[in-house]
Amino acid sequence: MQGSDAVELVRPDTLEEALAAKAERPGAVPLAGGTDVMVELNYDHRRPEALVDLTRIAELATWSASGGHVRLGAGVPYTRLIDELGDTLPGLAMASRTVGSPQIRNRGTVGGNLGAASPAGDTHPVLLAAGAEIEVASVRGARRIPADTFYTGVKRNALAPDELITAVHVPSAAVPAEQFSKVGTRNAMVIAVCSFALVLRDGHVGAAIGSAAPTPRRVPDAEAFLAAELPWGTDAPLPDSLKRRFGELVAAATEPIDDVRGTAEYRTHALGVLARRTLTWAWDDHRGSVRACA
Amino acid sequence: MTSTVAGRTTAATANGVGSSPARPDGTRKVRGEFAYSSDLWHEDMLWGATLRSPHPHARITGVDVSAAVAVPGVHAVLTHGDVPGLNRYGLEHPDQPVLADDVVRYRGEPVAVVAADHPETAQRAMKLIEVTYDELEPVTDAEDAVHGDVAELHPGGNVVRHAPIRRGEQTPQADVVVTGRYEVGMQDQAFLGPESGLAVPDGHGGVDLYVATQWLHVDQQQIVAALGLTPEQVRLTLAGVGGAFGGREDLSMQIHASLLALYTGKPVKMVYNREESFYGHVHRHPATMYYEHGATRDGRLVHVTARIYLDGGAYASSTGAVVGNAATLGVGPYDVPNVSIDCWGTYTNNPPCGAMRGFGAVQAAFGYESQMDKLADACGLSPTEIRRRNAMSEGTVMPTGQTVDSAAPVAELLDRLEGMPLPQPGSTADLRTLPGGVSNTTHGEGVVRGVGYAVGIKNICFSEGFDDYSTARVRLAAVGGQPAVTVQTAAAEVGQGLVTILQQIIRTELGVEQVTILPMDTSIGSAGSTSASRQSYMTGGAVRAAALKVRGALLSHAATRLSRTTAELHLDGGKLASVADGVLADLVDVLGEAEFDETVEWRHRPTEALDPETGRGNAHVQYGFAAHRAVVDVDTELGLVKVVSLDCVQDVGKALNPQAVVGQIQGGSAQGLGLAVMEEIQTEGGVIRNPSFTDYLIPTVLDMPPMNIDVLELADPHAPYGLRGVGEPPTISSTPAIVAAIRAATGKELLRVPVRPDHIV
Repeated sequence: MQGSDAVELVRPDTLEEALAAKAERPGAVPLAGGTDVMVELNYDHRRPEALVDLTRIAELATWSASGGHVRLGAGVPYTRLIDELGDTLPGLAMASRTVGSPQIRNRGTVGGNLGAASPAGDTHPVLLAAGAEIEVASVRGARRIPADTFYTGVKRNALAPDELITAVHVPSAAVPAEQFSKVGTRNAMVIAVCSFALVLRDGHVGAAIGSAAPTPRRVPDAEAFLAAELPWGTDAPLPDSLKRRFGELVAAATEPIDDVRGTAEYRTHALGVLARRTLTWAWDDHRGSVRACA
Repeated sequence: MTSTVAGRTTAATANGVGSSPARPDGTRKVRGEFAYSSDLWHEDMLWGATLRSPHPHARITGVDVSAAVAVPGVHAVLTHGDVPGLNRYGLEHPDQPVLADDVVRYRGEPVAVVAADHPETAQRAMKLIEVTYDELEPVTDAEDAVHGDVAELHPGGNVVRHAPIRRGEQTPQADVVVTGRYEVGMQDQAFLGPESGLAVPDGHGGVDLYVATQWLHVDQQQIVAALGLTPEQVRLTLAGVGGAFGGREDLSMQIHASLLALYTGKPVKMVYNREESFYGHVHRHPATMYYEHGATRDGRLVHVTARIYLDGGAYASSTGAVVGNAATLGVGPYDVPNVSIDCWGTYTNNPPCGAMRGFGAVQAAFGYESQMDKLADACGLSPTEIRRRNAMSEGTVMPTGQTVDSAAPVAELLDRLEGMPLPQPGSTADLRTLPGGVSNTTHGEGVVRGVGYAVGIKNICFSEGFDDYSTARVRLAAVGGQPAVTVQTAAAEVGQGLVTILQQIIRTELGVEQVTILPMDTSIGSAGSTSASRQSYMTGGAVRAAALKVRGALLSHAATRLSRTTAELHLDGGKLASVADGVLADLVDVLGEAEFDETVEWRHRPTEALDPETGRGNAHVQYGFAAHRAVVDVDTELGLVKVVSLDCVQDVGKALNPQAVVGQIQGGSAQGLGLAVMEEIQTEGGVIRNPSFTDYLIPTVLDMPPMNIDVLELADPHAPYGLRGVGEPPTISSTPAIVAAIRAATGKELLRVPVRPDHIV
């Protein structure tokens, strides 16, 4: 290969080394599973000054649970999330099951999904709906960014140039009233045409849309409506009018485009349907837990 | 086991015709050890790269290669002026520049090629070539190209071919008339092995090219013309082919790599990446079709009138032959007394289109089968009953005037399909069985089941008077104390399993277990293309004919040595035997030092050109038929589809290798499913919007259901072993059957494939 624009590969063994490398080379791109970054490199759509290989940093590929939260290391692959945290983080596991193929799930990570910050990324709606926080670090120190301020634009996020994503903190589900649902034009291995996540928890409602606006985003009006109207603490079925209104509020919050995967009109319509259905399923989970406690 | 075929007693041996021995290359392919064309390597080789037009239609006003040439490691940057021979190639007409000269006619057209000592260097140098263009208005609508006031893209206009078919009354009246306008989107072959090959200069002005292709000799002809060389100077060897489906009939990197190799004096390898592959091969013609079907009140067809527009894109490729198929097969497998069809293949500035599995028959079938369902509705008949009432059979006269002179079991295919059990209602417990799969879009809400049927017809082998032949050489000798046969042909093994059945044919005809298939190359005569479902028929036929000549010579030789007459001898599992006295000798002993070596050029019975005014003529060699029943679950609120079952009945005349036959039916049906619900190259203003497997979707294992497959073996007396080409028919009826099932579930008209979610909701 010729020329000075070769891509430098940095392979730190510890987080400190990685943060130092990132501080020295703010244009460096972190590399974990490589399922996104390597495709862009191979097609020459991107030529960063350096790659920082994070796969040698063992602590990034661990998770721990305490105080009703899971701290999920940025380098835990989807397959492990599904296998090891399927009951604790059911919404995130549902989203993870829809990511790519088994091979991609073996390599890809939530950290990578956040780094790319694609509006179509599968885990974003769940992280938003669950009220997750993204833990980032630099040589200057660590901080946590709430998911709903993390996504700043199409494929842009709130990271400073010297920061790396180290973990996400996700409230775990005492009651598994979490749903994720994604429309694709193939029955597996497909990028979202649109997606939706809903989390019901003790009078709190989190709801978020994916692939239907410049960024993944929460739908505050729909959340507030539901938080106020749901018959919390009972196992009463929901009236159709309530589900329909929720669907309308979600649809109203979309800001989609026409693209090769679907039309804006279809996305808005489909999100209304997904909102109604996921509400039914999540409320069924809630009712089940109420009955179990009774 | 001894079977009698065409009056001759064939030699009994294991793993012969009718059995399913393992593929000779199967283990290596499964283990990832098979060398594909993209794995080729040569010491000191260079890497090629291709600069392509960013515009669908533009005049080139300047090309400056100086910056590219100056890059260290670059050995050559070539443009059209460096093409020593004819700067044009093409399967039917040489209308496509090797490298664009004055005008580019599609986005992705090659303008310059680079060779460098590293692929990255070649890519970067390629990007430094400065081409200036005057953009021109692209022609992107096939109907406008024929009838509209648009630019002529080639001398002589934008019609590549117009094929009329006229039969009977041209202004007929019928009790019941249904009409429809149907569209088929641009499907891609989506082979997994990208275009690739290695050209090695011979030091004497010639070149050896190792390449993944479908027809070595037609590649050779075009390369020779462009390079200004003789066939002896351009030798081709088939490299490992990772799928073809028609997409390798046209040249891709063959001339470019050879040109660079000759220019630099070094071996040159070229491999397209996935995105470039979408620009590097032709696709299935998109179609717009206007159909009118007339019938009596009891559903008997009176007439079919149709106008079919096939968008050939920037260059002709095989558009002419695709038009011939769509026109002659345009009414489907039905007996229709009055027919008026006009089919046009056009030039536009869309991506070039050419051969793809089904070749014109796929597009027409979506039109005529949609119409048959509409007619069934109008007549109050079931979809199967309307088809049975109009089904062709042996002896039916085609709209071209050709009599179908072997089995055409259309009604039987439908009867057998209807007799198959229907799948149980879906379970809502397993998301994988529901529309949307694990994406968790429904737990049963909105899901409606539908059932649909379709039948298709396909011509097998080359048609319309083409001199269609294959060449085979069979050599028998004793090797290491065993009789052994080598078979040489130039027939491209593209994954379909020809190498297996050629071994089987030898075992059946010569009773020899050990059969080696030599590498396919141009040192022997042409085998014709691996297309038109023809290689079992043609190269199978040629190998069988050569084997029979070997057997004749061997039996004469044995008769002399054993003091017997030829007539009383036969081969039986590596032995020579007589009917009266049983085994007489081991074949290996009779062979001794003798070697039997026969080469045969074998032809199917001749066909005729179509009359250009009436479309009459005995244009086709053989017809193949398949029928599908699709059962779908549709999420009617989201427009998502799960094909629950896709059952198929197909007549194959004779299953040379039953497992391979079933594999072809499964694969063809899956490709038809793809066209029904997801596969489309989307273009806008001539530009492909989804040149990737991220957005050009092909069915996964969760999209393709298990199939019930019923294989009929109604021998065609004209064909070797009675076989009927297998590869294409299952691709044809699969698509309309699935769409019919979606219509049944949703009540929507669905006039276009692929059906998208927003067509349903």
